[in-house]
Amino acid sequence: MPPPKTLARLSQRHLLGVEPLSAEDIELVLATAQKYQTRTATETRPVPRLELLRGKTLTLAFFEPSTRTRVSFEMAAQRLGMNTVNLALEASSVQKGESLLDTVKTLAAMRPNALVIRHAASGVPHFLARHTDVPILNAGDGQHEHPTQALLDALTIRDHKGTLGGLKVAILGDLLHSRVARSNIHLLAKFGTRIALAGPPPLVPKAFERLAPSVAVCARIEEALAEADVVMMLRVQLERQREPLFASPAEYARHYCLTPSRLAHAKPDAIVMHPGPFLRGIDIAGEVADSPRSVIPHQVENGVAVRMALLELLVGGAG
Amino acid sequence: MKPLLIKNGRVVDPAAGLDARRDLLIEDGRLAALDTRIERPDADVFDAANLVVAPGFIDLHVHLREPGKEAAETVSSGTAAAAAGGFTAVAAMPNTQPVNDSALVTRFILAQAARGPVRVYPVGAVTKGTAGEELAEIESMREAGIRAVSDDGRPVWNSRLLRRALEYCLALDLPLVDHCEDPHLAAGGVMHEGEWSLRLGLRGIPALAEELPVLRDTLLAKLTGARLHLAHLSTRGALEFVRRAKQDGVRVTCEVTPHHFTLTDEACRDFDARAKMNPPLRTADDVAALVEGLADGAVDAIATDHAPHSETEKQTDFESAPFGVIGLETALALALEKLYHTQKISLLRLVELFSTNPARILGVEGGRLAVGAPADITIFDPERRWTYRAAEGASQSHNSPFDGWTLRGAPVATLVAGRFAFRQ
Ligand SMILES: [Zn+2]
Repeated sequence: MPPPKTLARLSQRHLLGVEPLSAEDIELVLATAQKYQTRTATETRPVPRLELLRGKTLTLAFFEPSTRTRVSFEMAAQRLGMNTVNLALEASSVQKGESLLDTVKTLAAMRPNALVIRHAASGVPHFLARHTDVPILNAGDGQHEHPTQALLDALTIRDHKGTLGGLKVAILGDLLHSRVARSNIHLLAKFGTRIALAGPPPLVPKAFERLAPSVAVCARIEEALAEADVVMMLRVQLERQREPLFASPAEYARHYCLTPSRLAHAKPDAIVMHPGPFLRGIDIAGEVADSPRSVIPHQVENGVAVRMALLELLVGGAG
Repeated sequence: MKPLLIKNGRVVDPAAGLDARRDLLIEDGRLAALDTRIERPDADVFDAANLVVAPGFIDLHVHLREPGKEAAETVSSGTAAAAAGGFTAVAAMPNTQPVNDSALVTRFILAQAARGPVRVYPVGAVTKGTAGEELAEIESMREAGIRAVSDDGRPVWNSRLLRRALEYCLALDLPLVDHCEDPHLAAGGVMHEGEWSLRLGLRGIPALAEELPVLRDTLLAKLTGARLHLAHLSTRGALEFVRRAKQDGVRVTCEVTPHHFTLTDEACRDFDARAKMNPPLRTADDVAALVEGLADGAVDAIATDHAPHSETEKQTDFESAPFGVIGLETALALALEKLYHTQKISLLRLVELFSTNPARILGVEGGRLAVGAPADITIFDPERRWTYRAAEGASQSHNSPFDGWTLRGAPVATLVAGRFAFRQ
């Protein structure tokens, strides 16, 4: 398809998910992120130190523990000269019975320039966005969306494949409980990418095909992998399962772990991605994770660049 | 008190097959005369020209929250909302705190209701504490005044216990009102299981979770011969099972709520907790099936499942918010808008769904305009356009997905035993 025209700013005030973004919004985020990249597929660059958002404050409210996403946001903010306030809310007021709304009103009263929210319940950022003017960045809500992850994944795919359209992407594992999967499906579908899903049957409901026309639910993992350009593995969300959806981690690994022999079904130059933290030997075999096919470290680096881009676009524009 | 003459109204009384211009005379709280033209110079006159005059509406499914949750609603505020919605009587569900599972609580509710503007028919619990384990004191509650039994909020999941309860209900001539929900299929669900739940990453409640217990319940009703009433049916499949049971001669009736025949699961798309209720909003196909059933008789009644929740409870994210919406003050307008003005049902059928059938299901007086009977009368304007503002309603709670909707058709006056419980 023809390249979308470049926008000057995002169509959204908040980053609540990928679904409400247009392809042009996504192009803008990726183009902005490129200037902050420390590593592309071909070159390594010095870490940028910028003053763009000096004096501005980013508040991180994590109602669910997370190290990787939080640290990535902190690094992004610091590289742009922002101050960060870090609230590990799973350990504080929430447990004292303060309502979600009161907690966030308190946070907003501290007048941050943006609020990063992670919560175990789907839709919390949307609820909060109705009650505050501060730009909200969703760092993962329940099983709904994890938009920054999908954007950094898109940047990584484009670094390696040069494009997002015209590819086949296999997304494998626990789709049902995965916010990463939903955000990636929404994003890739906007570029017409073919998306093949596979995993344990109860975790990959056929209804996923209704999310976008280019989505196919495959009965077997090998079918999803066939001729794939990109293989995205998802973490087994043991903590999100309220019911036993497979017999044991070992049983899961036997049938769904990405081993070299399964990966052989994909294109010879297919890249392997994982949002992390991955379970070695359960969702992904050590040989695959450590092989040059794995772009997992590159994903992590792109995470900072994409989050810098989002801060620039959501906070910078706000004056 | 002076007699009251209601003149020039379009009187709709399905029990008498009447839909014509008539005058009504009310004296000493009773309907004294019903005729084409009544003259009574000493009476107060209520001009009902261009209005519909019907036997009082009865809501089979209301949560008044008292005792226990007076911050959300009281018998007083809930019955005021009922009157404002055109209802002359409500059946009060037993899931209060404490649960209405004894004659003591039944008497308390009736005592509170004695001061209220509309009649309250308490519904007793089927099991102690609605815990689904031991039978509640159904016979004593019957003596104290309950008109039905239900563990609403949850199903009576133990089939043997449900059978025993139905055997009591048969002997006491009470309907058993079941909330059909397979607790295992529904576990953890917060909305209808379908494309939207998948998209939103919310756990779904499959249609089958309602349909399976409907089938079981109708089979147990057949076995026992008792009267079964199925609360708030929401799926095409559930209604299919009811149709079959009715054909089979089972004594089963069912109700549908205005929110289920008006909205679909898409209403949850912005994680708006006002669209969260149990059973959940279903698909457009289910809505079409409910409307068919309301038109062709498979559905017996429109009931609101009025479920008030305080602002504090409902002002949270979708997953944490409690189930339930208020409905007393929007039910008639939604039925007019979605069923009557769309030519799906006649006014006779509408009154049957709101009055005639609910009275028959509860086995109470009313549901018809009988000379000599207490004058419980609902007067409404099928055309008046108005905008519903939940915050300005009579209910103490505001959790309505219809807040801000402009609707066509509104209650104008509600008379209970000849007195104005509400007047526009
Ligand atoms: Zn119920």
